[in-house]
Amino acid sequence: MKLEQIAPKLPLEKYEENFADLNPLLTPQQALIAASRCLYCFDAPCIVACPTRIDVPSFIRKISTGNLTGSARVILSANVLGESCGRVCPTEVLCEGACVLNGTGERPVEIGRLQRYAVDYAVSRGFNPLRAGTPNGQRVACIGSGPASLACAAELAGRGYAVEIFDRNAAPGGLNTYGIAAYKSRAEDSLREVRLVENVGVRIHQGVEVTGDPRIVEGRESKVEGTASAMVDGSRSAIQREPSTEGAASTFDLQPSTFNLQQAPSRIALSELESQYDAIFIGVGLGETWDLQLPGEGLRGVCGAMEFIERTKSRPFAGIDVGRRVAVIGAGNTAVDVVTAARRLGAEAVYMIYRRGEDSMPAFAYEYELAKQDGVIFLWNTQPLAILGHEGAVTGLQCARTRLEGRGRFARVDIEPGSNFVLEVDMIVKALGQQPMTEFLRSIPGIELRSGRVVVDSATHQTANPKYFAGGDCVNGGREVVDAVAEGMAAARGIDAWLGHELTVDS
Amino acid sequence: MPDLAVNFAGITSPNPFWLASGPPSNTAGQVMRAFDAGWGGAVWKTIGEPVINTTSRYGGIDYGPQKLMGFNNIELISDRPIEDNLCEIAEVKKRYPRHAVIASLMVESRREAWHEMVKRAEDAGSDGLELNFGCPHGMSERGMGAAVGQVPEYTTMITEWVKEVARTPVIVKLTPNITDVTRIAVAAEQGGADGISLINTINSLMGVDLDTLAPRPTVAGKSSHGGYCGPAVKPIALNMVAACARRVKIPISGIGGIATWSDAAEFVALGASSLQVCTAVMHYGFRMVEDMIEGMESYLASKGLARLDDLVGRAVPNVADWGDLDLNYKIVAEINPDLCIGCHLCYVACEDGAHQCIEEYPASASGKRIPRIIKDECVGCNLCALVCPVHGCITMEEIDTGKPVFTWKDRAREQRQQTGIAYTPSLWGE
Repeated sequence: MKLEQIAPKLPLEKYEENFADLNPLLTPQQALIAASRCLYCFDAPCIVACPTRIDVPSFIRKISTGNLTGSARVILSANVLGESCGRVCPTEVLCEGACVLNGTGERPVEIGRLQRYAVDYAVSRGFNPLRAGTPNGQRVACIGSGPASLACAAELAGRGYAVEIFDRNAAPGGLNTYGIAAYKSRAEDSLREVRLVENVGVRIHQGVEVTGDPRIVEGRESKVEGTASAMVDGSRSAIQREPSTEGAASTFDLQPSTFNLQQAPSRIALSELESQYDAIFIGVGLGETWDLQLPGEGLRGVCGAMEFIERTKSRPFAGIDVGRRVAVIGAGNTAVDVVTAARRLGAEAVYMIYRRGEDSMPAFAYEYELAKQDGVIFLWNTQPLAILGHEGAVTGLQCARTRLEGRGRFARVDIEPGSNFVLEVDMIVKALGQQPMTEFLRSIPGIELRSGRVVVDSATHQTANPKYFAGGDCVNGGREVVDAVAEGMAAARGIDAWLGHELTVDS
Repeated sequence: MPDLAVNFAGITSPNPFWLASGPPSNTAGQVMRAFDAGWGGAVWKTIGEPVINTTSRYGGIDYGPQKLMGFNNIELISDRPIEDNLCEIAEVKKRYPRHAVIASLMVESRREAWHEMVKRAEDAGSDGLELNFGCPHGMSERGMGAAVGQVPEYTTMITEWVKEVARTPVIVKLTPNITDVTRIAVAAEQGGADGISLINTINSLMGVDLDTLAPRPTVAGKSSHGGYCGPAVKPIALNMVAACARRVKIPISGIGGIATWSDAAEFVALGASSLQVCTAVMHYGFRMVEDMIEGMESYLASKGLARLDDLVGRAVPNVADWGDLDLNYKIVAEINPDLCIGCHLCYVACEDGAHQCIEEYPASASGKRIPRIIKDECVGCNLCALVCPVHGCITMEEIDTGKPVFTWKDRAREQRQQTGIAYTPSLWGE
């Protein structure tokens, strides 16, 4: 991406400093002190506040008694991505928000950090509490290798199913690998968790596109080897993309990877999956960022938020070009990930542009704080009108001030007449949320979509086509990692119940 | 300001806070720094034929992140020559005439040996003598320390030997490693002791290293039982001090887990007229006495007491035999719903650990999950209030039963009158 003006590169050590772990791993002493603050509540509200119902008081007590592998067992058996959740969960609105210590005016127990501590301790010593169940002869395919599929696959493997995951990216983990701010989690952290799932016998095929067309299986099995700075192709709506010799490599600079990026994705047809597997789990997540629908959107220097974050997760920071002046459109949590990353990569002026007011900002309060601390400039009540360019590259964003009628996020937004102005920028990042993978989802026979989301039974996560189950962002429209895990596990139980029922009828 | 000055069996000091015999009172340098920091007296580390100590010597028990809830040692008496210790006592007394310096003594159980040691210590200028009949480890295997203090006859005999020659007050230090400490207290009193001090340390093994299976504190892979002390032993010490206060007339110097002015005040209320501190000083240093003095002064002032002596023994009459407790007295727990944070520790504690008198969060209008006491079932045991993490949330409220005082002794008496059969042994003074 050739930008009009590229922000000057920083000294190498400055990048690591800027993207250093926001909440570093606790030391043993810190963990003991943090754990000892837990009251060990009976029927604790933090458990109920966790979508995956991790037994928080139990795992924290095990930290305080020094039984760290037992602590990790409690966490991982409820949530195989417990370490990631410990890093990225909005704990303030989940477990820690429910902590009874809030009622005493004290700080809540640092549940998220303790959770990460316990899992890190155990997993870094080669401990994996998950066990494959006795094989029951049944096979399940999971489409997508993000949190929902990983959780579903791990749970099914524990129940004796042969599970295979098909994913079109180069590296597994989905948004957990590619979509989380680098100062919260690195790609290798996610890949370590994927290995836990692989180690219970789940086979993960990377670079495989699942299509509606019947084709021959050419999936390669990828063995996750940890250190990879994994690379993804630029397009997340790869479903329409023809296999190309350039493949994923064409969009970004690639790093040496264990994921055989250079090869084009192979394909497998849904009909093929249906004939080979007893049930299919759809965990495809969401697709490309929504377009702005503005003139100039095709100019160099305009990109989507997820694509921008992916770059920070898959290549050296110094190799990522960022504009000197960057406008980010949107004010959600992903928009915060982008503005903070842009600042930390060296952008001199980063604008967050939102057509409503500060009080309607969708991002969590602590995310907003992060952006403020990074010196982001907030343009509230500002509507982008057109992207301006010179010789094919972005040079500015034409905006107008807005006037709101009504309150909150549903207020009507009008343009303030005569308030137009031009913001001189070199890069524009769209952070308006991701589109559903409508085209792919429509190709699945019999499943029902509502507003692009897969409609499922809330308890079993079964779709209208009984052979298909679904969970994660493609069902909930885009929520937290922990929600995807909870839905993947619910679907696994749903699959087990459904196949068990079928077996009973057959015999 | 209330007067904290002490006259303990004739030993005077500006305040009741003395260093207990132990590592903090090992040298003149330490004792003088302690006096400068505000300590009123010091019982010198026990003097006797010099020993050889081990490394390591101390062990600790932490409670969560709180260090040294309990502490122990396998250190013996002074490993310095008797003459060095006595010279230093003389020097300290010369420089600090108003402060109490008490020589703690332990020699072999021979009359002449005790006579000689007593004379030397008094010649050095010590204000009093403390006979170490309590050390539970090392010395006791050699027929000294607790080996004396565990046998009433030996205690009386050696106290008598000392009193034959002593010109200064004699304090006998008691070991808690015995079935009934008051029998030894009485034995000391009978031997002519001018006061007693208690408790010495409790026999203990601090733990086992689960990697090496070496007990702690470890000496080349092995350990031996040692003396336990620190905050954890305070309730044991309070009970023994109170028991002695009810049995003997001579003054009591309180020892055992004292770390704050309020610990000290409790000992005083239960009969101690001077206080000795060791473990807390080993943890935090001499400076802590400043708060002990100020806290004690302000407590006495708040209760309108002019002198420390006015507090001595004031709680002793409230220490009763179980058979004298009123069986008709009734309290029940009450949960303040505004303070409750919903941890339900009271519920599970009562349900699993006590008497099943708490209902689990019945529906409340606010949606807050607050356990409820079943008042008719509540036995008033305190457990819920003890486990509640919020100060003042669960209180024990007195219920007027309208019934007269009725004790177990009353009940036994009634039954005997009705049936002619004594249900209760006469231990409780029938």
